Order: sequence, then structure tokens, then C-alpha cells
Amino acid sequence: MAKKATKTAATDKPTSAAASNLSFHGWRRENKRVGVRNHVLILPLDDLSNAACEAVANNIKGTLAIPHAYGRLQFGADLDLHFRTLIGTGSNPNVAAVVVIGIEDGWTDRVVRGIAKTGKPVVGFGLEGHGDIATIAKASYKAKEFLHWASELQREECGIDELWVSTKCGESDTTTGLGSCPTVGNMYDKLIPKGVTGVFGETSEITGGEHIARERAINKAIGDKWFKVWNAYQQDVIEANKVDDLSESQPTKGNIAGGLSSIEEKAMGNLEKIGRNCKYIEVLGPAEEPQAGPGLYYMDTSSAAAECVTLMAAGGWVVHTFPTGQGNVIGNPIVPVIKISANPKTLRTMGEHIDVDVTGILRREQTLDMAGDALIDMIIRTSNGRVTAAEALGHREFSLTKLYRSA
Amino acid sequence: MSNIPQFLVHSPEDNVGVVVVEDLKAGANMLGVITENNSTLHVTAKHDIPIGHKIALKDLKTGDTCIKYGVDVGRMTGDAKLGEHVHIHNHRTKRW
Repeated sequence: MAKKATKTAATDKPTSAAASNLSFHGWRRENKRVGVRNHVLILPLDDLSNAACEAVANNIKGTLAIPHAYGRLQFGADLDLHFRTLIGTGSNPNVAAVVVIGIEDGWTDRVVRGIAKTGKPVVGFGLEGHGDIATIAKASYKAKEFLHWASELQREECGIDELWVSTKCGESDTTTGLGSCPTVGNMYDKLIPKGVTGVFGETSEITGGEHIARERAINKAIGDKWFKVWNAYQQDVIEANKVDDLSESQPTKGNIAGGLSSIEEKAMGNLEKIGRNCKYIEVLGPAEEPQAGPGLYYMDTSSAAAECVTLMAAGGWVVHTFPTGQGNVIGNPIVPVIKISANPKTLRTMGEHIDVDVTGILRREQTLDMAGDALIDMIIRTSNGRVTAAEALGHREFSLTKLYRSA
Repeated sequence: MSNIPQFLVHSPEDNVGVVVVEDLKAGANMLGVITENNSTLHVTAKHDIPIGHKIALKDLKTGDTCIKYGVDVGRMTGDAKLGEHVHIHNHRTKRW
């Protein structure tokens, strides 16, 4: 994908997935957004409330606590991001109802009010003045009530244009650039024109391909906006904090084991995920909900897997596509993460983590068009309820992004 | 003889390719495919090269630009002759 668009292989032709009317069965929420999972979430406002949330989830089987490390003495943009991520996570259409627990009532109520805008059931409890035990009891009764209610909600048929599909790759190697990332790109080239809402991110990891990313914006203004976000990270974070050329971190040790040896090489593989034809229509801040309708978005995120998927889930995306080369094992508590790999060694040594095997691309037995269709098929099946490898293996990484030290 | 390639190349402009089979040994006569146009080439491996790692498609010298996907992906910090391993021992970013 240098200056010119790469030609498709001679064997590529239009297929059923690209041509057919795709649909799936999901839960249509109060705000009309559609989810593919039906979680009753027990959401801690802060690190101090993790224990109570986990106790509630232990009391009421089928509810889900998502402990995390932050929420105290944050301020400014960092605090805004904390609230936006928690409110966005609770608001995600994969979540039916939410119990929020915080150390005190004020900030707890702020998260409750934010989630309540979706119309879904949500209630909050503060620990101070009550203690863990009484709070856990009250919250458990409410969680049980929500669970009974949510368990009777029915899936209904929804058009593919109601589906939001995010992407981010991890433990990349040279096979991701050859196989699994262009598989995602082929999927987006087919589904974005059908009205799917997509998103990619990983600001640091586009270094070396920034000229290409900038040109893939819908217009110059959006491309310039993207470049400003990318350049701000280069100047404010990398140049301000680096002690070397980041060769201990970017590429990662896993990337290097897989054959990558520079950030530029990694970036070019990464950008294969946005296909040949898609243009992004807006640049979002971390965990920001898109407002410009269906299409492909860019979100300013870290390239660390769990942080990035957490931010995209908070932005409202309900299914994630995750190409991996060396075998990143990440999952997310509320969003099914579909793993795609083209590396035969990874399939052989840790195949239990992979949902879509595209090793045939390296053997030239599978075209990108075939691989893209296989991924679309897995997205539909996953949306209809198929459990992903990450879900089956219990991967629920919920990792908040922190912009700077707390006060 | 099998048509399964031992290495793939993204663009005709590239000066490195990627080994896509396990246990590739020095001396192997490798079939390569350029994915952009499906053309083929042959290169003899000069090293044992792990799956996913790069081979030089021409003699590369220190200071040369490494081209992959048809674009600049860093500089050579050591020499690599045709068929030799290109990795962190002789290739590095131009950034940061």
C-alpha cells in the first residue's frame, strides 16, 4: 500500500459475504443502540470499591464485576477521561443494567447520572457511612433484581448497519502485516459501505506510516486534525520522556521475536487494518462516543492492547477484531474480542486463543477476500452469541488509561 | 514440487522479504511470491531464518534504507548480502 493502492490477487472475486444482506440477533437497548452481550455490570467508581463489587458479583451469579486501579484524586483531563471511560463502559449496549459502587456518594452519582442518560437501569451506592457489609447486601439485592429483569430480555433481528466493530492488533509480527491485519482491512472495505461503524487507533504505532494515515481521512481538515493528535503524542509524550529510541518498548520483545525490527515496519502492518478503500470520517478523543453517524473513526489511544480495547468499548463499540501474530491473549469484560492469526507457529503452540485461522494466506491457499469473508462470518456468529476464545478462557482485561499522576 | 512459498514480499520495490515457513535452513532454495502482483522469485537462504524474520533480496550495506510495503521502514546498521538475515542486529528505526 505504498503510493498506489495494492492490487488484489487475480483470484479475488466478489463473494457472498460482500453481496448479501447481513443481519444478526442482538439486544436493542432503551436508546436504540444494539448490543451483542447482556451483562449486568457491577462497576467500581474507584480502586477502593473493588472488594465490594467483587463480593456482590460473587453473591449474584451471572453478574460481572470489573475491578480497576484508579479513581482517586484525579483531576482535569485525566479525571474527565476516568469518568468518560466508566460512564461509557456502563452505557455500552452490551450492558443491560449497572450497579455502581464508590467510596463516597458524589462521584458515584456522577457516574450513575451519566449511564442513566441511556435509559437503562442503573443504581449507585457509596461506602462511607455504611461500610462494605451493609453496602454489599443492599447492592446484591439490586443486582439480583437487575439480573432477573435482564435475563428475560430477548434478542431480535438487527441489520448489519446497527453493528459497531472496532479493531486493534497486538503482539504483532510480520505475519500480521501479511495476513491478519489485511483480513480486517478486507472486512472493513466490505462492511463500512454497508453502514457498519468502525474504529481504529494506536497513535504511537502509526509512526512511520503517518503520511499514509493522514491521507486516509475523508477530507483535509480531518487529516490535519489527525496529524495534530499524532504529533502531539510524539512531542508531549515520546520526546518529553524517552531515554532511547524506544527499541526496548516499540517494537515489543514479542514483535522482535516475530521478526519486526522497526516502528516504521510495525506501523505499515498496523495500517493494513483499514483496508484499501475506507476513509475515516472523524478523529475521536480516548473513550469518546462518535457523533457523525456510521463510518470509520480514528480514536486517539495507547497501543497497549487492554487500554485500547477498554477505550473503544467505552466509546460504544460492541465487537472487537484483534489480529495477532505472536499470540496476544487479551479479552475484555463486556466486548467479545475476536482473535485472528496468520502465524502457523502461533496456531500450533497456542491455538486455543485464536478464533479465525488465516494461515492459508501465507501458503497462498487463501485469498484476502476469502479471509475477509471468514472474519465477517465469525463477527456475525459472535454477535449471535458464539463465545470467543478470550471469553472461554476468562480474559476480562479492563485497563483504564491514565494521562498523568493523581494529585 | 510444492507451490507453497517459503517467503513473501509485499511490493516489487521492496529490498527485503519475509520468511513464512518454520525451520528454514541455510542453503534452502526458497520460492518467493510478491503479493502485490503474484510474481515469483527464487533466493537461496544464507542463514537459518526463523518464521516471520526478514531476508535481504539484494546486497544491502550499512546506511541503506530498508524498503518494505514499498516504503522506508528504517536504516541498515550493518551489511546483509542477498539471502541473509535482516533483523535488529543490522536494521533499526530512523525515528525517535
